[in-house]
Amino acid sequence: MPTLEKVLALLLLAWAGAAGATEPVIGLGEALTEADLARYDITVFPDGRNLPPGRGNVTEGRVIYRDRCAACHGESGIEGPATRLAGSDGLFGWDDPLRIIRIKKYPLLIWSMGARWPYATSIFDYVRRAMPHTAPKSLSNDQVYAITAYLLYMNGLIEESAVMDQQALPKVKMPALDRSVSAWP
Amino acid sequence: MKTSDLSLVAGGGLLDRRDFLKRALRYGAVAATAASAAPSRSHASERAPSASLTPALPQQGGQREAATSGAATIADSMAPWMTSLGGADVAYGSPSAHEREVQRSRKFDAPQTAGMTMWHTPLAALQGIITPSGLHYAVSHNGLPDLDPTRHELLIHGLVRTPMRFSVERLLRYPMVSRIRFLECAGNTAYNAVSPFVEDHSCQELFGQVSCSDWTGVPLSYLLEEAGIKDGAAWIIAEGADGGSLTRSLPLEAVMKDAMLALYQNGERLRPSQGYPMRLFMPGWEGNLNVKWLHRLELTANPAYTKDESGLYTQVLADGRIQRFAFTMEVKSVITRPSAGMVLPEPKGFYEISGLAWSGHGRIAKVEVSADGGESWAEAALQEPVLDRAFTRFSIPWRWTGASTLLLSRATDQHGRVQPTRKQWRKRYAAHSFNHYNAIQAWRINRNGRVENAYA
Repeated sequence: MPTLEKVLALLLLAWAGAAGATEPVIGLGEALTEADLARYDITVFPDGRNLPPGRGNVTEGRVIYRDRCAACHGESGIEGPATRLAGSDGLFGWDDPLRIIRIKKYPLLIWSMGARWPYATSIFDYVRRAMPHTAPKSLSNDQVYAITAYLLYMNGLIEESAVMDQQALPKVKMPALDRSVSAWP
Repeated sequence: MKTSDLSLVAGGGLLDRRDFLKRALRYGAVAATAASAAPSRSHASERAPSASLTPALPQQGGQREAATSGAATIADSMAPWMTSLGGADVAYGSPSAHEREVQRSRKFDAPQTAGMTMWHTPLAALQGIITPSGLHYAVSHNGLPDLDPTRHELLIHGLVRTPMRFSVERLLRYPMVSRIRFLECAGNTAYNAVSPFVEDHSCQELFGQVSCSDWTGVPLSYLLEEAGIKDGAAWIIAEGADGGSLTRSLPLEAVMKDAMLALYQNGERLRPSQGYPMRLFMPGWEGNLNVKWLHRLELTANPAYTKDESGLYTQVLADGRIQRFAFTMEVKSVITRPSAGMVLPEPKGFYEISGLAWSGHGRIAKVEVSADGGESWAEAALQEPVLDRAFTRFSIPWRWTGASTLLLSRATDQHGRVQPTRKQWRKRYAAHSFNHYNAIQAWRINRNGRVENAYA
């Protein structure tokens, strides 16, 4: 016996597939206007899509980092306690006698953002939506570009003189990209 | 029935799981024979009490002083709660005050930076397969938002014909489905994945990032069909309304098949720590992508490579490659009783070994238990219902000899996926990779009854 769920799915399918049919079966959703969407449409994609206008450089980023980020991520981005930001492979050296103690104390420090993330655009996306941790979304687009520039510089991925903006950021190559493999599908 | 009546099925004192069942069947047969022999139960009870049907009343041979003396009341010999009027009930019930120690515990090694909290389910204190909502594990990356459900909306946009918004009030009017499903954090039991030396943590600390609930909500396909999926849409970016806007990319094909916009948990509206008023629920997939406080779904051609799918929720393989988008939680099991953190009350004798098994790929087919460190195994009984991508409760009777030993459980799902040993699991991943750990767990039973974490 067909379940209610199956019947509804079929009806929805029929509606979606029928040429000229415009009336949805349930249809309780309301149209979303461009203006309503614009307030929330913040996801930035690896190809640079949806990066906002603005710019920032390493020097500006260093100042903002010390003021807004270093308390949790450490002066050089490796001390924690929050996620490690810089490092060649994110691992403490195997010859570090305190390795196990460090990992036990700060498990998020066993790998770094710079070594693990495949796209530089994700840094902009995440800093803008979620950082600083206690005041998310409080940084201007220019400030986020500047912090992104400083984090990339910390990882040795751009020159100290580099400026990050809509054009430059998607072009930065992260070392993790070549090491990445997808389990899906 | 005496423990000696049960038959051994494997080393270390494991007993036949069917013995209790057989005993019950025998009893049933006796009862049925007795019932059919007698004209009727009421008629039978008027006669002399028969052997097994009517419980014998205690024989009041001598006249008891307390009950018969004129001045005494029967209250004199009873517990105080049996001789006084009880207290008032309350509008929303809570567990007994005597069960106050059954609590979630905060992950011991979580970074002390406020918003990222990890609360673990006290698996060892619970029975059955449903986790009470207030004890369901929760990992929150940005604290719990103080969200106004009258202003919260779900937005659907991107590669759709009509970008749409749905108020909570309207979503509650859609047809709903209910599913009993487990939810597990990708990092559950991570400690045993990476710690080179075995650390003595409790079952709750090691395994508490998994729970199972009855989730009710709207199949997401209903809402996506309503917006109209455009050609080229292959991924869906789900975003929460928490301060950090936690975001994950999911393959659209899987979402259309399985995803639910969950509004209710165990019959009541979602708790704040589970994403009130609504969350994404993807059965069998890692907890992180079951985005809480869901407010935006963007259909795209490609994933967004958000923070979590870029870093924390990836695995480093043994050859150094970084594996992304490994969504499914693998077949896994844990003995919850006895388990690390407990002390067996008697130095030897009968115990029921009881635990949980689950697989993100489907139903559990069997669970084997070893009471001698993996030398020999016996099949545990699976408690009905055995559901798709849900907790399955298993049990097996055990007569502990009193010697120090290791208890192990090994689950197999309907597709023949079997839990690996810790050594096998670690061979696939880099030494510091900890997500999706599903190796066979061992609990050491010490001679003094203390149970502790062990590597088999």
